[in-house]
Amino acid sequence: MVLAVKEINTFYGLSHILFGVSLEVRQSETVCILGRNGVGKTTTLRSIMGLAPPRSGSIKFKGEEIRGKQPFDIYRLGIGLVPEDRIIFPDLTVHENLEIAVKKGERRGSMEGWTIEKVQRLFPILKARDKQWGGTLSGGEQQMLTIARTLMGNPRLLLLDEPSEGLAPLVVKAIEEQILLLKKEGMTILLSEQNSNLALKISDRGYILEKGLVAWQGAVSELKGDPEIMKNYLGL
Amino acid sequence: MTFDAIAGQTLSGISVGMVLFLIAAGLSIIFGTLKVLNLAHGSIFMLGGFLCYGFTSSFVSLPGVFWWTLLAAPLIVALVGGLIEIFLLRRIYTQEMLYQYILTFGLILIIGETCKFIWGVGYHSVGIPWPFGGNVSLWGLSFPVYNLFLIGCGFTVFIGLVALMRYTGLGRIIRAVTYHREMASALGINVPKVYTGVFMLGCWLGGLAGTLMPPMSVVALGSDMAVIIECFIIVVIGGLGSLPGAFVGAIILGLLNAFGIYIIPKLAVAFGFMLMIVILIIRPWGLMGKPE
Repeated sequence: MVLAVKEINTFYGLSHILFGVSLEVRQSETVCILGRNGVGKTTTLRSIMGLAPPRSGSIKFKGEEIRGKQPFDIYRLGIGLVPEDRIIFPDLTVHENLEIAVKKGERRGSMEGWTIEKVQRLFPILKARDKQWGGTLSGGEQQMLTIARTLMGNPRLLLLDEPSEGLAPLVVKAIEEQILLLKKEGMTILLSEQNSNLALKISDRGYILEKGLVAWQGAVSELKGDPEIMKNYLGL
Repeated sequence: MTFDAIAGQTLSGISVGMVLFLIAAGLSIIFGTLKVLNLAHGSIFMLGGFLCYGFTSSFVSLPGVFWWTLLAAPLIVALVGGLIEIFLLRRIYTQEMLYQYILTFGLILIIGETCKFIWGVGYHSVGIPWPFGGNVSLWGLSFPVYNLFLIGCGFTVFIGLVALMRYTGLGRIIRAVTYHREMASALGINVPKVYTGVFMLGCWLGGLAGTLMPPMSVVALGSDMAVIIECFIIVVIGGLGSLPGAFVGAIILGLLNAFGIYIIPKLAVAFGFMLMIVILIIRPWGLMGKPE
């Protein structure tokens, strides 16, 4: 088991967002969190990353408890978050945006680890934009840079928060192919999506969140074969 | 106004401006990264000044005592800054802005009273260190060498800071944390450590200015408030958070003060404020700042 989240309760200030959410992700699996806007998908990913520490419950990464650890420690352990709003550093060049995510002691990069050359092979556009300021990229390019930047830390688990949000269909298609390539390489992925098309195409299993609770869980094939579930929880 | 007078006022304006730049740069870097407006930054400067007086007067017989002080005093000030960040500021980042003002205002009182307790209420002076005493003649005009030295220091530190920010890994990390603390943390950057480091760097700059100032001025209580107000004017003119802004703003204010006092002495203190008001009306984010 790569990730085991057990009954976490997360608050923003006084508002209770997650009510005992539990989920699991196994090695090399792609798992999606589906649900309408505001049900707690982003909060779940932020809880795992340590950006919104849960008040109770447990989050185990490869058997080690990480609840209460700082985000930078969690990153160094091998979890990488690609946030919904991307957050490219605008006054760093594309190259510097990638360099900044390299972990201490891994500056030279191991043989199988991600290097700038390797992420440029996955996202060729980043090579062309290498010396440009991060702030000058288009939405799709920013999304690719965000994924590439997170890969620089050689994550064992990749958290993708709404990777298709706000992107043109052609760009979504490109991102989808790149995620599938990562999946083929054995990357373990947990992603959240509101638009379930992309998620259903690439995921093995799924969780549906409703009002901070897990309302349904199962194989994606099951979900595809049962339009009732989709209608009830996702309004599709 | 004669040519001699213009040249003289220009030089003295720029050299005071350079010292103000060092202080304003520290204030600006700290604000940019930590989002804390350190009201006690003037006190940090004053502490540097008292340490300069304290060391040079206690070890008079030590050869080159001023230069040893220039090395040690800013470092001590930076260490004090590190303690302030770790034990006090760190507790209030998530609180409302008001807490910053109360805390840093409290620090003004604490540092001010501590200086008063140790060094008393008198005025202290520090001699101009060898080999920068006397005057040098340039284009037939005579300039105090120490002022030229200060201008050299200001330019060196400015270029050093810009290079640090632009070309080093540390600068890259500071720029990333400045833009988005949370994202930087989620990419493995130890943000609390960066905060401590940046606060210490800002205090080191204030302490450096405090150590450089006494030979051409005096060490006295009250310099903390005088200087923090000038720094606020500088960062408003130049743009809070911008290093080139602090540099340009400091030169402008230095010149404005030097010529103001020469031309209309009674109104001299008002010129800085008047310029600040004009800038706030036409370009509220400052000459080199970025609009929100």
